[in-house]
Amino acid sequence: MNPGQNDIIILMVVAPLFASIIVPIVGWRAKKLCYSLTILAVLISLFSSLITAKTVMNHGPVQYYLGGWKPPWGIEFYIDHLNAFIAVVVTFISFLGVIFSKTNVENDLPNKEGAFYSLFLLLITGLLGIVLTGDMFNLFVFLEVASLSSYALIAMGEKGAMYASFRYLLIGTVGASWYMLGVGYLYIVTGSLNMANLSELLPALYQSKTILVGFAFILFGVGIKMALFPLHAWLPDAYTYAPSAVSAMVAPLMTKVMIYVVIRVIFTVFQPEFTVDMIQATSILSWFGVLAILFGGIMALSQTDFKRMLCYIIVGEIGYIVGGVGIANATALKGAIFHILNDALMMVCLFFVAGMVMYRKKGHRISDFKGIFREMPFAAIIFTVGALAVIGVPPTGGFFSKWYLLLGGIEAKHWGFVVALLISTLINVALFARVFDKGLYVHGHGSDHSSESTDHSSGTLVQKTPLSMWIPAVIVILAILLAGIFNQAILKNIVQFAVPSGL
Amino acid sequence: MGDLAKEFVTTYNYWVYIILMMIGLYAVMVKNNLVKKIIGMNIVQTAIILFFISIGAKRGATIPIIAHGHNGGEHAVHAADYINPLPHVLMLTAIVVAVATLGVALSLAIKIYQEYGTLEEDDIRTQTREE
Repeated sequence: MNPGQNDIIILMVVAPLFASIIVPIVGWRAKKLCYSLTILAVLISLFSSLITAKTVMNHGPVQYYLGGWKPPWGIEFYIDHLNAFIAVVVTFISFLGVIFSKTNVENDLPNKEGAFYSLFLLLITGLLGIVLTGDMFNLFVFLEVASLSSYALIAMGEKGAMYASFRYLLIGTVGASWYMLGVGYLYIVTGSLNMANLSELLPALYQSKTILVGFAFILFGVGIKMALFPLHAWLPDAYTYAPSAVSAMVAPLMTKVMIYVVIRVIFTVFQPEFTVDMIQATSILSWFGVLAILFGGIMALSQTDFKRMLCYIIVGEIGYIVGGVGIANATALKGAIFHILNDALMMVCLFFVAGMVMYRKKGHRISDFKGIFREMPFAAIIFTVGALAVIGVPPTGGFFSKWYLLLGGIEAKHWGFVVALLISTLINVALFARVFDKGLYVHGHGSDHSSESTDHSSGTLVQKTPLSMWIPAVIVILAILLAGIFNQAILKNIVQFAVPSGL
Repeated sequence: MGDLAKEFVTTYNYWVYIILMMIGLYAVMVKNNLVKKIIGMNIVQTAIILFFISIGAKRGATIPIIAHGHNGGEHAVHAADYINPLPHVLMLTAIVVAVATLGVALSLAIKIYQEYGTLEEDDIRTQTREE
């Protein structure tokens, strides 16, 4: 709570926000500068998020009052262990996403550097704002900032992206409007928009029907935004047709940030005694999670497009986290929060691979993966690590979060969730086996004489995948492995405190 | 029955917003033309803005400007005499958001028209399916 740290908190949001205004202006004169400026801005937020996280770990929650207005009247940024953790995830993934975007923008979106990076920075601003803010209405504004820029970014993609983005826009706007409506209901009875203040005022009003309606609207609105089955219909199209750099950035983050909002609303704004015991919203949520896991897995099996398959895996992964939140005991929640990190890492990893394959083979169907182990050994290694993490093989982070989710499910005797988790693991094995099958494919008609030439040309081919693509990919596979190896350190130092009290 | 009518009359602002929102949602879900869908989306947003505006109102209250604000302390301010300005201020932001969304939606509709040569959803769907 000392002033120095306060300023660093706001820097996290302000750096990308101001950069998003400067970048298009600079873009008129010097297009190359856009990329470096964007990296600089995101680097500033990454560092400030790390410093904030360290402060939170050492001294507990920190606050920042915007304009010096004290809550409940003013808007505050309130950062506890949960926010700090998610903020680091968001800034880290966006940093990698920005580095990765270079080739994609140069090749597929020529002369749009200024617009692209400006929107990209606005998206990061919006996502970070959602994570940091302690004000319900402010959250809505940041939500719309993030959503509007993601609609525009998705529309920059290949053929079909316009229509997909339009559908996303219609559904997403209704979702955000419902969230706002829910906040309005809470405001009617409490007269407050501050999360901490609401959590003090609400317990006296738990019997009120208005609160119940408000809670339902908020949950439905956010549910649409995070693509919780059966509200997921917009997601596969939108993320499949988006440019590779955009799907690598939006797909892991947007849904994860919305799950953070759900955790906040269920466990901070409302207390567990209301959401868990009184209306049992969490037990309903956990069953939706189970359905999402099964549906996502089955739909993913029937896809022929790699990116679309990843989209359905995301639907399933959202099911994991929502299920963990729904079980609402400390173990499962620890798993769910840890899984936000792991899922973001492994999804960004797999979308990077999709981007690399797209760059080399001009397509992202599973059949385009034919022979990647020979032609793009590097991308294949990255893919392997990502796939193992999604399946949940021990050295990767994916295993440990799944393990905690599983233990939490067993502890709560929620057998539906446990069975769904295990089935989905098997489905994931089958999913990636299909891709491995294509990737390891070497012999085929007419490939014999070309295989000799690929031997000495493979060196040049590897170099062809540009540095800006493989550096973030290497960082991300290291992060996946480190998240697995140091899982106890992460869990004990930060995730454990992120689990809301009273569980 | 009398109670129900009374209920309806005293809370008519909520009923208006519910009806408007349902009209909007109907248009978003059922209408085939993309521009009509956009209009429906805008009606949903407007309905919610109207809801927020109406909750600031109080019976017999006036605009929230304190006439002799500068020599404050001479007479106490009764909150009940003034409309609650906060929801109205919030809605300024929401209107800006709604306008921005409308702009993005319309520009996407233009691009879709350039790509497919139609704004009818079923035509677009048959075109995408044929590919």
